[in-house]
Amino acid sequence: SRELFVLTYGALVAQLCKDYEKDEDVNTFLDRMGYGIGVRLIDDFLARSAVKKCRSYSETADMIAQVAFKMYLGVTPSVSCSNTAGNEFSLILDKNPLVDFVEELPAERASLCYCNLLCGVIRGALEMVHLAAEVTFLQDRLKGDAVTEIGITFLRKAEDRKHKRN
Amino acid sequence: MADEALFLLLHNEMVAGLYRAAEQGEGENGRCTTKLESMGFRVGQGLIERFTKDTARFKDELDIMKFICKDFWTTVFRKQIDNLRTNHQGIYVLQDNKFRLLTQMSAGKQYLEHAPKYLAFTCGLIRGGLSNLGIKSIVTAEVSSMPACK
Repeated sequence: SRELFVLTYGALVAQLCKDYEKDEDVNTFLDRMGYGIGVRLIDDFLARSAVKKCRSYSETADMIAQVAFKMYLGVTPSVSCSNTAGNEFSLILDKNPLVDFVEELPAERASLCYCNLLCGVIRGALEMVHLAAEVTFLQDRLKGDAVTEIGITFLRKAEDRKHKRN
Repeated sequence: MADEALFLLLHNEMVAGLYRAAEQGEGENGRCTTKLESMGFRVGQGLIERFTKDTARFKDELDIMKFICKDFWTTVFRKQIDNLRTNHQGIYVLQDNKFRLLTQMSAGKQYLEHAPKYLAFTCGLIRGGLSNLGIKSIVTAEVSSMPACK
């Protein structure tokens, strides 16, 4: 039944493309929907996985990649930390199940982020566990890049987090 | 199962998002239901193609309806239709007493007026599936008490 989800997502994007002419509008709509899903999905995720509290940003990023992605999409992206401050990570996906039935983006939709929903979902879920983050697509296979890469930037430094816990 | 939760959430967000957009712009509620139904139609067409790749030909309309009630419904909603009635003249009533998309909403008459929005997609799903099996149809839904629906 992942097919159901993937097909539904495809129909949704197609409908949005009909409704909105500008790619940015479609991207924004998808991101907002993803946010709404993310704030609820986190409950489902925590209930199903019963993981312990993450103590650092890199643990959180690993959790998203190895547990959450696996649970919901069946793939495990690889995680890498992209800066020394320790708050920027990227998840690299070789296989993106959402685009299983998509061959390529139509020419007039060159800046459409087909999977923008995923960014919103991650952002919403993180916010519900009190982690503000910016999530965007850094590379996208549908646009010709070699892999699909999602960048997560946690917006508060690790030191602040420790203060908050006290 | 995790997949189900994801689809449920996506579906609910879709309904909410479309109606929200309609309130802000022009467009009345009727258009939203049509959009949802046509999305369901596309998905239904695709799904039925994948499901029936390896199954045998259907003998008649009733056979197709039984397939929808059992295999199709099970794959999509993980349960079968509880009751199928027909007048043998082209009208079929499928009854599901615990419709998956409505169970989280309420267990009685509360929010009844919002139920049709959530059924539009599924109506489209059935219509799309039937259309790819060669049957033109009109699908409507009726909810008298959640989470059962016909």
